[in-house]
Amino acid sequence: MSAALQTIGLHKCFGGLVATNDVTLTLAHGARHALIGPNGAGKTTFVNQLTGVLAPDAGQVLLGGIDITRLGRTQRVRLGLGRTFQINQLFGDLTPVESIGLAVSERMRGGGDFWRGLGTRRDIAREIAELIERFGLGDVMALPTRDLSYGKQRLLEIAIALAGAPRVLLLDEPAAGVPEAERQDLLDTLGRLPRDVSILLIEHDMDLVFSFADRISVLVNGGLFAEGTVAEIMAHPGVRAVYLGGDEHG
Amino acid sequence: MTATDDRADAPAASIEDRALALLARTRRWHWAEAAFWLGAAASFALLPDSHLLLTEIAILGLFALSLDLILGYAGVVSLGHGAFFGLGAYVAGLTSIHLTAEPLTGLLLAGVAAGLLGALTAPLLLRRATDLTRLMVTLGVAMLLYEAANRMAWLTGGADGLQGVMIDPILGRFEFDLMGRTGYAYSLVVLFVLFLFARRVVTSPFGMSLRAIRGNSLRAATVGVPVGRRIIAIYTMAAVYAGIAGALLTQTTMFVSLDVVAFHRSADVLLVLVLGGIGYLYGGLVGALVFKLLQDGLSAITPQYWQFWIGLILVVLVLIGRDRVPALWRRAVRRGGAGA
Amino acid sequence: MLTILIDGIAYGMLLFVLSVGLSVTMGLMNFVNLAHGAFALVGGYVTALLMNRAGVPFLATLPFAFLIPAALGAVLERTIYKPLYSRSHLDQVLFSIGLVFMTVAATDFLVGSEQQLIQLPTWLQGRFDLGGVAVGRYRLFLIVICALLVVGLQYVLSRTRFGSRLRAAVDDQRVARGLGIDVGTIFAVTFAVGSGLAGLGGALGVELLGMEPTFPLRFMVYFLIVVTIGGTDSLTGPFLAALIIGVADVAGKYYVPQVGAFLIYALMIVILVLRPQGLLARGR
Repeated sequence: MSAALQTIGLHKCFGGLVATNDVTLTLAHGARHALIGPNGAGKTTFVNQLTGVLAPDAGQVLLGGIDITRLGRTQRVRLGLGRTFQINQLFGDLTPVESIGLAVSERMRGGGDFWRGLGTRRDIAREIAELIERFGLGDVMALPTRDLSYGKQRLLEIAIALAGAPRVLLLDEPAAGVPEAERQDLLDTLGRLPRDVSILLIEHDMDLVFSFADRISVLVNGGLFAEGTVAEIMAHPGVRAVYLGGDEHG
Repeated sequence: MTATDDRADAPAASIEDRALALLARTRRWHWAEAAFWLGAAASFALLPDSHLLLTEIAILGLFALSLDLILGYAGVVSLGHGAFFGLGAYVAGLTSIHLTAEPLTGLLLAGVAAGLLGALTAPLLLRRATDLTRLMVTLGVAMLLYEAANRMAWLTGGADGLQGVMIDPILGRFEFDLMGRTGYAYSLVVLFVLFLFARRVVTSPFGMSLRAIRGNSLRAATVGVPVGRRIIAIYTMAAVYAGIAGALLTQTTMFVSLDVVAFHRSADVLLVLVLGGIGYLYGGLVGALVFKLLQDGLSAITPQYWQFWIGLILVVLVLIGRDRVPALWRRAVRRGGAGA
Repeated sequence: MLTILIDGIAYGMLLFVLSVGLSVTMGLMNFVNLAHGAFALVGGYVTALLMNRAGVPFLATLPFAFLIPAALGAVLERTIYKPLYSRSHLDQVLFSIGLVFMTVAATDFLVGSEQQLIQLPTWLQGRFDLGGVAVGRYRLFLIVICALLVVGLQYVLSRTRFGSRLRAAVDDQRVARGLGIDVGTIFAVTFAVGSGLAGLGGALGVELLGMEPTFPLRFMVYFLIVVTIGGTDSLTGPFLAALIIGVADVAGKYYVPQVGAFLIYALMIVILVLRPQGLLARGR
């Protein structure tokens, strides 16, 4: 059986700078996999190639065994690749109900329907309600998104991604900027994400990584530097050097 | 957050019902909307001397509504929306001269022609779509059309205008009269029907995806919205609407001049929409009413320099904050409304 | 043939002087100023009115055609333009169209709607023969004046302290602020000089382009084309763009008059769609 998501020899240069250097990475089904690395290690560039924002110079991206390297962003989403953003990318005018409803109806290929209103779709409302509950957004569900607290917006960010029923979910620094008071809420929610969704967590925050992930890959200077279980990575001398010792690493 | 914690664990069924109700709410008619259309209908009976002015308002309102579809919902700026209006006006005029004087055919053909132009030019707005390139491309298309109308004098009459437009009675029964009675009824009915359709569209999932694109097109693409296709669709629809508005102008005035494709059409319609407020469908209609009344009043004082006042209104409007205007109208409308 | 080329170059250089201010301010403030032509109009009218009503000689009016729009630009920039830098392009477009409409109507009201005609000094009239090619004296005068301006501007931008600060501000405003550069003053000075140059261009263009109240509307698209095709990274881009447009427009009107301005608009759309950052912008 093929992996949930796989990259083979992914390579990307900007001018002379190698941003992604021959990265081969496998995300197993149901995985809680973290991708870590110091600033400028190329995490964002890597994610952008997974989601289709950037085209790699060489290599392949496989989603459930299907080559998606040349597909556009929307097509990848439709094949089950969801993502959240490091900086909130939300619809300020829309309420959480509408935002999630949009994602659900697009997943059902009903987003082009210009006739039938969503007000008659109990099936969609049910899905919305499930996500609203799971993410504790019930009290703010009717407010325009721009009026939500930052923590709630981070939760909505994930809820919208999940509404697309992704098989693989890329979480790009989900805890970034969340105030301490709302942080635990977010961590708990992350821990309760459905197990059948394979998750790649891109993160800085080591506490979150160690509590969430069962497997860790370390990206340094665009290349895969180490990979292993949490215990292996914690014990890895090179990783410690990268994070603690600065420039010198094996 | 603490005050609302107790509500967070309300039973699922209630959240589902509330979600459904919230989604249905956008389609419900507000009393102010009914009042607006009743007022429009009443104006037909109560203001017989103003039918010509009211017809102009209805046509301008439809034109501005069409701009609202792309600007207010999809966030696509345009400095050349007059292209579709002008094309519709010419097609309606040419139809009456060369094909048939039956008005509904002319209306239909004008809409189709403008829609085709919209569908053909919309893809130009997608590549590296910044506001600036969109403004320039739409402006360029409108200028091209102006040049075409100007140069093809054998077809359009050039600077002299298209002469000899004659329109048959509507449905073979209602003759266009000099007082504009039939013209107003006709324009109002067309406006109302198209408004109903537009209202349905903007409150559909399609309409919601447009608002999402306007809010954040990157994220819209990430939840699976085919952004490009949706923009082409709404741009085409807006072009059809603008074309029909242009056709109405031709049919009610029985004349087409080069003026219908002039730059100031595109600029005026922007002002009209901004006066009424963007993104709630009534903005174009309210704006058209205010604009035409202002024009009527101000040009009574200084007929030649009306343009100065338009300019001043634009400048002041922007300096004090454009978004305050629709808020003002909306507050007036929402007062007493449900769930406000 | 060569005459057309020279006419085109003269026209293009004039377009450059008219629109260079717009190019720099657009690059600097990302501000869409459709009212740029209004400053050109002021310059044109200053020259025309000074000559026709006060009898001032042509050359002596030119400094005023620069200074008056420049002062006007400085005042407007500090008072009403400044609050709009952070606003949406739509707001900027509405605002500047409003200014254009006001200018057109006000000029009409104050001076009248007729075309302004000026009598050039005799030494600038007529043509002379240059190796078998008939060259208009005024065309040549324009080319010389505009070439001097281009060289001067290039010098200021590349060799002076102000120029390097300006370039830093165009590149990255925040970094420039961080370096202690007073970006606000740079904006104001640039805007004023740009407006002044537009005014000078308007004055020089009275003879060639015509000058009447609708001038800002008539040439709005041309300025925008120069800027969009040329990009806002450097002076070279708009300069080449202006030359291309000048030659293309003159040649187009001469060889294929029935096409009219079609060519220019079509060219603009194609370039906008294919190279939205400008024809000569740093590639991507």
